[in-house]
Amino acid sequence: MSGQAQLLPGTLDLLILKAVSLGPLHGYGVLLRIEQISGRALLVEQGALYPALFRLVRQGLLKASWGTSDNNRRAKFYGLTPAGRRRLREETAGWKRLAAAMGSALAANPEEV
Amino acid sequence: MTLRALARSAAALFHRSRVEDEMDEELRSHIQHRADDLERSGIDRAAAERRARLEFGGHQRFKEECREAIGIAFIDTLVQDLRFTVRLLRKSPGFTFTAATTLALGIGANAVVFSVLNAFILRPLDVPDADSLYQIERGPDKAGAQSYPDYVDLRDRNRTFDDLAAFSFAQVGLDTGDNPTRAWAQSVTGNYFDALRIQPHLGRLFHASDEHGPNSVPYIVLGHAYWHTRFQDDPTVVGRVVRLNKHPYTIVGVAPPGFHGTLMFFNPDLFVPLLNEEQLEGNTDLHKRGTHWIFMVMGHLKPGVTTAQAIADLSSIGAYLEKTYPKDDGQMTFALARPGLYGDFLGPVVQAFLIGLMLLAALILLAACANLGSLFAARAADRSREVALRLALGASRARILRQLFTEAVLIALMGGAAGVSASVVVLRGLSAWQPFSRFPIHVPVTPDRTVYAVALLVTIASGFVCGAVPVRQTLRTDPYEVVKAGSTGYVVRRIAVRDLLLVVQIAICAVLVTASLVAVRGLLRSQNISFGFEIDRAMLVDTDLSMAGYKDGTVAPIQKRMIEALQTISGTEAVGLIDQPPLWAGSTTISIYRDMMTDLRPANAIANPVTYKISPGYFQAAGTALLAGRAPTWHDDKDAPRVAVVNQEFARRIFGSVTNAVGSYYKIRDGSRIQVVGVVEDGKYTSFAESPQLAMFFPIQQSPTTSTWLVVRSSRDPRQLTSAIRTTLRDLDPAMPFSIETWKSELESGATLFGPRMATASLGVLGAMGAMLSVTGIFGLAAYSLSKRKRELGIRMALGAQRAHVLRSALGRALKLLAIGSGAGLVLGILASRVLAAIVYQASPRDPVVLAGVVVAMALLGLLGTWIPAQRALSVSPLMLLREE
Repeated sequence: MSGQAQLLPGTLDLLILKAVSLGPLHGYGVLLRIEQISGRALLVEQGALYPALFRLVRQGLLKASWGTSDNNRRAKFYGLTPAGRRRLREETAGWKRLAAAMGSALAANPEEV
Repeated sequence: MTLRALARSAAALFHRSRVEDEMDEELRSHIQHRADDLERSGIDRAAAERRARLEFGGHQRFKEECREAIGIAFIDTLVQDLRFTVRLLRKSPGFTFTAATTLALGIGANAVVFSVLNAFILRPLDVPDADSLYQIERGPDKAGAQSYPDYVDLRDRNRTFDDLAAFSFAQVGLDTGDNPTRAWAQSVTGNYFDALRIQPHLGRLFHASDEHGPNSVPYIVLGHAYWHTRFQDDPTVVGRVVRLNKHPYTIVGVAPPGFHGTLMFFNPDLFVPLLNEEQLEGNTDLHKRGTHWIFMVMGHLKPGVTTAQAIADLSSIGAYLEKTYPKDDGQMTFALARPGLYGDFLGPVVQAFLIGLMLLAALILLAACANLGSLFAARAADRSREVALRLALGASRARILRQLFTEAVLIALMGGAAGVSASVVVLRGLSAWQPFSRFPIHVPVTPDRTVYAVALLVTIASGFVCGAVPVRQTLRTDPYEVVKAGSTGYVVRRIAVRDLLLVVQIAICAVLVTASLVAVRGLLRSQNISFGFEIDRAMLVDTDLSMAGYKDGTVAPIQKRMIEALQTISGTEAVGLIDQPPLWAGSTTISIYRDMMTDLRPANAIANPVTYKISPGYFQAAGTALLAGRAPTWHDDKDAPRVAVVNQEFARRIFGSVTNAVGSYYKIRDGSRIQVVGVVEDGKYTSFAESPQLAMFFPIQQSPTTSTWLVVRSSRDPRQLTSAIRTTLRDLDPAMPFSIETWKSELESGATLFGPRMATASLGVLGAMGAMLSVTGIFGLAAYSLSKRKRELGIRMALGAQRAHVLRSALGRALKLLAIGSGAGLVLGILASRVLAAIVYQASPRDPVVLAGVVVAMALLGLLGTWIPAQRALSVSPLMLLREE
């Protein structure tokens, strides 16, 4: 799949937080949302999603509650906690800094050195 | 893992089945949603669901990873480790028992000592708002005692205290109508209870408004415990009139149960008004500004006031007092201290002693941990094959270490539980114990929450310390090597660390054994020295005549009548009176001056001899030898010239010799010329460990005292005289409270012997513990090195080596370490014993008996430690040994 990028380690949590920050989602919804907002460039392995969700709940960044989905099925919905919102803000800033730094580093050409 | 996360894990564990159900449901929901999407793209439902499941992947792996993420896994592993550990420990009950017992000793000792430390130092006085309560200390000596006029000025002039209360102590004769008994009272100012914010249990307490000058407050307040024992919790006592030193007093109330006065551990029976001092003590110092008899002045700081502000405030009052009363007040600077342990007077001494004891207890625990650490290391070595196998099969080293730590902590917890249970028993006993039967002193050292928390912490910490010893060895394990070559590859190097541990431990044990032997020897020797009086066949009758209302001119006549009456009892050889027997509880000293000296400033004093007041016949009754001159007679009364009998040391130091002394004169502070009429032998006056002190004896008619100790010397067992003495004295004055005791038991229960006894007992206990720890240490090493060399020994024996010879080479190492450790410990112990010399009589470590005792004790310990392993090794046949493995 040439149009798709490998997830960097540690980015899954950030993606989940971002996806959930746009509105509460159930597990499968998180997968779809990440696909959608990354322009189908990032694919999350289904089995890897749930351990990450559980870990985030345990860290107090997400809260979970049972509800009914659009398909009229029972599903567990995840939403951001205030701590999760804070973490998302920090990590987004960190990620942007890193991306900018990487971008400028990789764009350097011989004349500028 | 943060605490919160751990809590969530624990919660997840408790709702385990619910969590698992939820996981299943969520998984199902996910697959359904995926299948819905697939179905929408045109696949039929059954195929869609199959494909959704396939896409998702391994169900079990998913759940395992989720569990890990929730944190159940952590606890799962712990439970697994615990199960495994319990199984292992069950398989070697000997090891488990030894290890747990060793730790129980160490942790128990620490729990006991810490409880005492807690009770003495950490716990504040049990009064409301103890944080802002301070006592006032005066002058550079930080004296707690103040004079009453100074107290009144401090109370009325200060602007930094809510209120200042004062108290002192008095022994009173309480007569409820039938039998007069003596009781310990705390005499307090009217504002005392209000200043301390104490509410009555029954009736009312004193108030400042009760006070209208000396002897104006005919009320008493009962302590709760005394109300219980003496009045059987009778609520009708409030309002009852009783007699105190023959004066009528009304019981106005009962203090609350938790309140025991404001000197820690001293539980007064009742509270009496300080202003009535004259009725209760027989004389009064209320108006004397220069007499500092008030025991303590204290109060709560006003909110927001700092101690520095309070000190400045007090000191400015002090400066004013110095200027106004230059004759009486000097050095009126002030400091603040916590009231419980009598501020800076007793506090630092007790603190230093207890902290020393705590350090010693910590040393013992450290020894126990070192000891166990080496046992664990030995065990880990024994298990190196198993560990190697687990490593080879893919277990992580962290996982294996975790199991080792689980084992260590589990053993520590068992030991800790046993140790703390034992310490609770010991502490209950200590709390119920009254060290001085004569004083109302209780030391409530029952453990509280702090103690349990500290014990738990210490337990877990020691588990980790023990567990940490074999860590390096486990980390270095090379599974390939071990599985290939057997477990002997790295034994030799590790022994060095273990050896060091053992030597340190044996040395610590030897220090303790040396110190306790020195103390015991000192104590034994102190009981064989001459006191300067003869305690056998002598009874002591003790009373204070002020308790029966005698004062001034009536005291000496009743004392003479008492002596004469007791002399008529058949079986008495001699009867004499002294104001306070030597070696009882402290002593009084008076400055003396050369006869020619006219400027009687303290700086010109030539000595401060211990001073006693005695009746004629005292020396005979006490068995003190008169070396020259005469003893006082009944003719040495107020109208006769003042005389004194001095001891030999006094005669030698002041007058050069005994013969020079008799007939010579000297002066005392008030300017009186005193003629020495006799010289008696030297004795011990304040402690057994003291070097010869100067002492002088004044006749009671010239220096009256209401404090009365009658010495009755009998020709037979003095206890037979008890009832005769009682009836004789009752006939003289039925309202006089007194107690009768043999001199021997009076001395044994006295404060003088208490210090050395306690020191000896604590050292003895610690020494015994140290010894037990050393035995387990040596045992561990010997057992270990024998089991490691079993094969080699078997071969040697099979080849015809003598068993004794083989054993010697196997145990030689343990014994050599024992010798090194003992030697080092002995030297350290000798150095440490110098500290003991301050408490224990002639605590000389260079005593051949002590040296021999230490060597024998350590040799016995070595024998004990190596006996069982040696026996075990000898009882196995070489063939069996060789066939193993």
